[in-house]
Parts: sequence; C-alpha cells; structure tokens
Amino acid sequence: MSIVVGEETKLVVSGLTGREGSFHGLRNRDYGTDLVAGVTPGKGGQDVDGVPVFDSIADAVAETGANTSMVFVPARFAAASIDEALDAGIGTVIAITEGIPGLDMLKTYWKAREAGTRLIGPNCPGVLSPGKANVGIIPAQFFDPGRIGVVSKSGTLTYQIGNEIKQAGEGNSSIVGIGGDPIVGSDFIDVLTLYEEDPETDLIVMVGEIGGDAEERAADFIAERIAKPVVAYIAGFTAPPGKQMGHAGAIISGSSGTAEAKKAALEARGVQVGTNPTETARIAVETLRTRA
Amino acid sequence: MDLLEYQGKELFARHDVPVPTGRHAGTVEEAVAAADEVGYPCVVKAQVAIGKRGKHGGIKLAADADELRTHAEAILGMDIRGFTVHELWIEEASQIADEYYASIILDRGEKKLLAMLSRMGGMDVEEMAEKDPSALVRRHLDPRASLGKDVAAEIAAEAKIDEDVQEGVADMLVRLHDVAWAEDATLIEVNPLIVTEDRRVVALDAKATIDNNSLFRHEDLAGLKDLSAEDPLEAQAKEKGLTYVRLDGNIGILANGAGLCMSTLDVVAQAGGKPANFLDAGGGSKAEVIVDALEVITSDPNVGAILFNIFGGITRCDEIAKGIVEASNRVELTVPLVVRLDGTNSEEGLAILAEADLPNLHQEKTMLGAAERVVELA
Repeated sequence: MSIVVGEETKLVVSGLTGREGSFHGLRNRDYGTDLVAGVTPGKGGQDVDGVPVFDSIADAVAETGANTSMVFVPARFAAASIDEALDAGIGTVIAITEGIPGLDMLKTYWKAREAGTRLIGPNCPGVLSPGKANVGIIPAQFFDPGRIGVVSKSGTLTYQIGNEIKQAGEGNSSIVGIGGDPIVGSDFIDVLTLYEEDPETDLIVMVGEIGGDAEERAADFIAERIAKPVVAYIAGFTAPPGKQMGHAGAIISGSSGTAEAKKAALEARGVQVGTNPTETARIAVETLRTRA
Repeated sequence: MDLLEYQGKELFARHDVPVPTGRHAGTVEEAVAAADEVGYPCVVKAQVAIGKRGKHGGIKLAADADELRTHAEAILGMDIRGFTVHELWIEEASQIADEYYASIILDRGEKKLLAMLSRMGGMDVEEMAEKDPSALVRRHLDPRASLGKDVAAEIAAEAKIDEDVQEGVADMLVRLHDVAWAEDATLIEVNPLIVTEDRRVVALDAKATIDNNSLFRHEDLAGLKDLSAEDPLEAQAKEKGLTYVRLDGNIGILANGAGLCMSTLDVVAQAGGKPANFLDAGGGSKAEVIVDALEVITSDPNVGAILFNIFGGITRCDEIAKGIVEASNRVELTVPLVVRLDGTNSEEGLAILAEADLPNLHQEKTMLGAAERVVELA
C-alpha cells in the first residue's frame, strides 16, 4: 500500500506538451510511474517521447484506462482542466498549477466532492510513494521507502524534513503535498484519514504553516479519530500579522491562524510539535523506533 | 489586493449597490472642487488601507468650503497607524438612523462563502461577536448557486433587522454576493451599513479584497496601485518578480520555497537573531534571481549579515552558487554571508564556492548551524 499514488496508478498529464509538463511528466515516468497519456486540445495524435497525446481526458481514459490525472496547464485554464478530469470519471486528480483563482476552486472543490474524486492541490508539489510512483515535482532522491507518512502544506520544507528522516535511516510510505492555497482539494484531515487506514504507515508527520484553520481542525480530528502517532511542525512564528508570505494561504489577520495558536491547539490534543525541521524529523524517528 | 474605500465604492456602484455620492481628490484644490460637485455638508475621508480612520482623525464633517479646506489640509499627509494619507474621498453627508454590519467572506475551512449580518454595526466586528455572539448572524452559502432573495430575507429576519428595511437589507446582501462572484473578491465588508433617516439602505463604507490570482480577468482592478507594496524595497523586489517582505531586524534572509523561508526566519529567531526580511527565491531558481535577490537584501541599511538557506529540489545548488559568485562581482558584499547548500547538486555548488574563495562568505552544512553562525556574525 501507500496512499493516493502507487503501483496501480495509470497517469494522464494535462499539459504534457508544455515545457514544465513534459519535463516533470517524463521525470515521473523515469521514476517508474506508469505514464499512459498526455492531453492537449488540438494536439491529439502526437506523442511526447513515445507517450500518446489526446485531445481530451475522456479520450485518454477510453484509450488507455488512465485513473489518475496530473494538471500542469496554465492557471487560467486549470480549473476547467480539473473539471474535465472529473467529468471523465478520473478517480484521483493532482493539480500542480499555482495561481488558480480561489472562487474557481470553490466550484471545482464541490464538483470533486460530488464526483467522489480525490483532489490534491492546487499549488502543490504532488504526491510521492517512494519505490512505487511519483506524480508531481517532488525530488524523489531525498526520500526512501519506509513507514512514515508525510502530509504538508509546503514543498521545500518537506524535502528538508524528508531528507533528515532518510539520513536517520528511516523512510516514507507516502509524501503528500496538499498545497498552501486558501481552497485545496484535500485538507490535513482528509490525508490523515488515508494514513490511518494505510497498513504500511506507522506514524504521520504533519507540516503546517500560518494561515487558515486547517491545523486547528486537524488537531481536533487527530484527538477523535487518529490512533497512529502524529508529529507536527508549524512554520511562520516570526511572520508579522497581516503580511503575506508567499503562499496565498500563508496570511494571518488577527489572532486566528497564527503559528502559536496552531502549535497550542496541536499540543493540547497530545500531538508533539517540533521546534524546527531537524527536531521534528528526530522526534518522528525516535517515536517510530520506540513503538516498533 | 485590498481596495481603498473609494475604489470599493466605485466597484459597488458598478453593481448597483447603493453608496453615497462622492468624488476622489488628491490635493486640497481638488477636494474643494469635489465638494462643490457633491454639495455641503460633506465628509472628508482619508483613503488608507487600514481601519479605525475615524478614531485617528481621518474622517471629518465640513459644513462649508472654509471647513473643508481646513480638514483637507490637515488630513492629506497625515499618518494613520503607519500609513500616510495621499488621497481623499469627498462624500455627501448621510443622515444616519441605524448602523448595521454586513459582509461576505471566503471561509477556507468550510469551502464556502460566509454571509454575516448584524444590527450592531459601526464597531469592531470581532469585539461585537465576542460581547454578544447572537448579535452576529452567520450563514454559509451554496457555492453552486446565486444567493436567493428568500435566503437573504431569512438572514435579515434572523438578525432582527427593522421590519420596514428587511427587504432593503436582503437586497443589499444579494448584491454584495453578486459583487464577490463577479469581481473575485475573497472579502466584501460594509461597516457600517446604514439606514438613513428616510429609511434607505446604503453602504457607508466599502472594504474589498480581490484575489490576486484573478487579476488577469479584471483589467480595471489590475491597473490599481497595490498598496501592500508601499515600502520602496518591496516595490523594487516586486518589479524583479521576487517575493520579498521587509521586516525590522538586521539579518537578511533568502531561502527557496515559502515554507522553508518561513521556517528559516523562525530558526534564526530561535537562535537569538532578528530577521530583516522574508525572501522566497522560488522553485527552480537560476543564477540571475540570486543576483537580484542579493541586490535587494543589501539595499536595506539595517542588514548586518545575510543567510542563504537552500535545499535544492528542482532548484540546483550549482546554479545558486554561480549566482552568488556572479552577484559578488556586481554587488560589493560588505557584510558576512552565511551559505547553506543542501540537496540537488550541492557538492558541485560547494565546489564552485570553494574555488571562488569569496571574502565574507561562510559555509555551513546544516540549517541550524547556519542560523547560529549568522546570528554570531550579525
């Protein structure tokens, strides 16, 4: 097992003929992901390094049996591309594109819920299940297969923590980047649920940052529903109120959404919170070994 | 992007939301001319992107041209909670019978727009909600449908709005909801929403936050000045496409990725230092980005030492190292620069830096070690 992506993944990439789409799509294939198709309207019949390109996702699904879509198209067309994947009956959609208007995502979020489709992102680095499949832009060389599941709002911060786990001799069942946008398809609680049910995951590392209340909601959810140990890290203690720090979601106003409030909420529910990425990786590895 | 009150009111007016008549003015003479058009008595309102303007003397009533001139002279150039007043809005004085509160906000947790309404307007909404939670009606709205008049009327009734204006307030909610969808606003707030003495419902204030990601389809709004980048260094960085936020410390910071950069600020603070900025070099950073970034960071006179914290994923450490060497040829590095390179091509990057043998450059292997070192050197 592993979650979201794995050996059963048959990937179609929307935007495979673009520069970013082809670079990362082919990197994912090199890693071992079963890349079966690309989609670019008007370019059906072409191929990208042997991968057939179709005019629509529906055509790609009919011809190749694709079950997972990765969205790499420009922001202004991306929500429509996700909608197209939902209409084509795709089970898992991973949206890498950043800069999608929030209200477009609001409609698409509910459409995905109604369709029963797992939507990850947008504005996320994707999902890696080490040794099985990589869908997105996560550099796989910093992660080994193992028993720790990671769910994170941030990309590079996850690489930092994952690499420290690897250096300590442990690895990951999956790494899921949920993205830092205000509206994302899957929140911490959605991914925590998947890890709780995954027999190959023994411990969960959750990486959050300022903005929104997803971490506070996750804290309550962990207390009620998650039996596996969770170790958390929160970035943004030094961020001043009202300043936007890169990610569209990483904005705080007033007292809610601060790193301090998130840490307090998690600790009140018995979740250990590391003070820096290194300590977080160390706590995760020690906790895993204590329980083994 | 936060709109100023007058920009919000002009936006409202385009969607038939009732607002008082007003004119924009950038100088005292323009203010006098604006008041002649609007008529007396009128109100002189400072246009700054921060609340509590009235309490800080930024809103004044003028009965005639002499008073108007006095107020305009006093308010233009005034500092309101760190914001300098460069613009005024001259507006007809309203006869206020009641002050309500109305807003439409994107609720990230619920993934829905949230409508809020209260008959206790004119003050801080958080304060109000704390004092008397029942006074603020909250209703999540179906994201797949427009706000129906029936639902809006229910909200107005639940908020115990005076019966004779319930329909007017419900109509206002429907229109504000339309504005949010049409203009990609993640926040629309009217405080106060007034009932005039002749029982009309009018938006006396207008606060709107437009989703930056949507500006490609709002050319009129995209042309407005972004007030969040008033700091000259932030404006300079923005022109170069860098995500830079100025802070008040003395340690300049660059990292790749927003999360890692925030984490770097935290780790420097934990080591006893004070960050001078947030600068996310982004994914896949090339040498040129590093040159631009170093120029911006060293333009801040408070900076006494700099930390580059790079974990290369898509970003290649050899590109970063080339950028540092290139930057050192163009920008004189008068303060210590601590560099931590890890991840993709880190060995190549470290070799490039070792060969260049730059003065003032210090290498550290770990993120925590680098943070401690830069705090020592600052």
